[in-house]
Amino acid sequence: MPVDCLEVGQTLTARVAGEVDHHAAKDLMAQLSREIDAALPTRLELDLGGVSFMDSSGIAVVLRTWKRMKELEGSMTLRMVPPQAAKVLKAAGVDKLIPFIE
Amino acid sequence: MKPVNEAKLTFLSRSANEGFARTAAACFAAQLDPTLDEVNDIKTAVSEAVTNCIVHAYPDRLGTVTLRLRLFEDNTLEIVIKDSGVGIPDVEEARKPLFTTGGADRSGMGFTIMESFMDTLKVRSIQGKGTTVTLRRRVSRRLGG
Repeated sequence: MPVDCLEVGQTLTARVAGEVDHHAAKDLMAQLSREIDAALPTRLELDLGGVSFMDSSGIAVVLRTWKRMKELEGSMTLRMVPPQAAKVLKAAGVDKLIPFIE
Repeated sequence: MKPVNEAKLTFLSRSANEGFARTAAACFAAQLDPTLDEVNDIKTAVSEAVTNCIVHAYPDRLGTVTLRLRLFEDNTLEIVIKDSGVGIPDVEEARKPLFTTGGADRSGMGFTIMESFMDTLKVRSIQGKGTTVTLRRRVSRRLGG
């Protein structure tokens, strides 16, 4: 599962692509954790534009990432969330915790 | 009611088969000419059910998972996901949103998603024998179809 990261100032943009299921989640979580720990950003933009499928494994990844950003006293937004992933994330109320932006 | 079409797949509880199972279900559902949203709902629900088998039914060994797909005259798709794993001690509790025994890697939203994305969800489980999840979804008939 590829994660492309771009660091501009204190903002880290992480682009996730592919299918975010239980099979992929562990590796994705490890990559995101590594990138956050290396950059220690104050703002994380998680770009889901390339996600072709997401199930509840993705909810856990997003919430764990959000918790890590809170520990760093930083903020997090979700960008370009495709409709299928949005429906899954909203089923868990993720949109009430983390802003979705285009 | 007799099914008009049926397919059955058996596969190992390897996580690589999560994608295989949901894609197979989507391909079977394609004959109903579903909308993209309907296909996505079916794929998501199947992914949740199969992941449960892999994570919970066989926590420390590989086992088999059976996916049975049936299509009925009224455009209802029935999906049965069956394992012969450890079973669920308390099904009612397991179905509650956010309940999980899977730790921080799991969201506890699997059954909630199956329930809200499909028309009906039935869970039968016997400890030490296994779990059967039955999902049903009626696919809308489209004009000109």
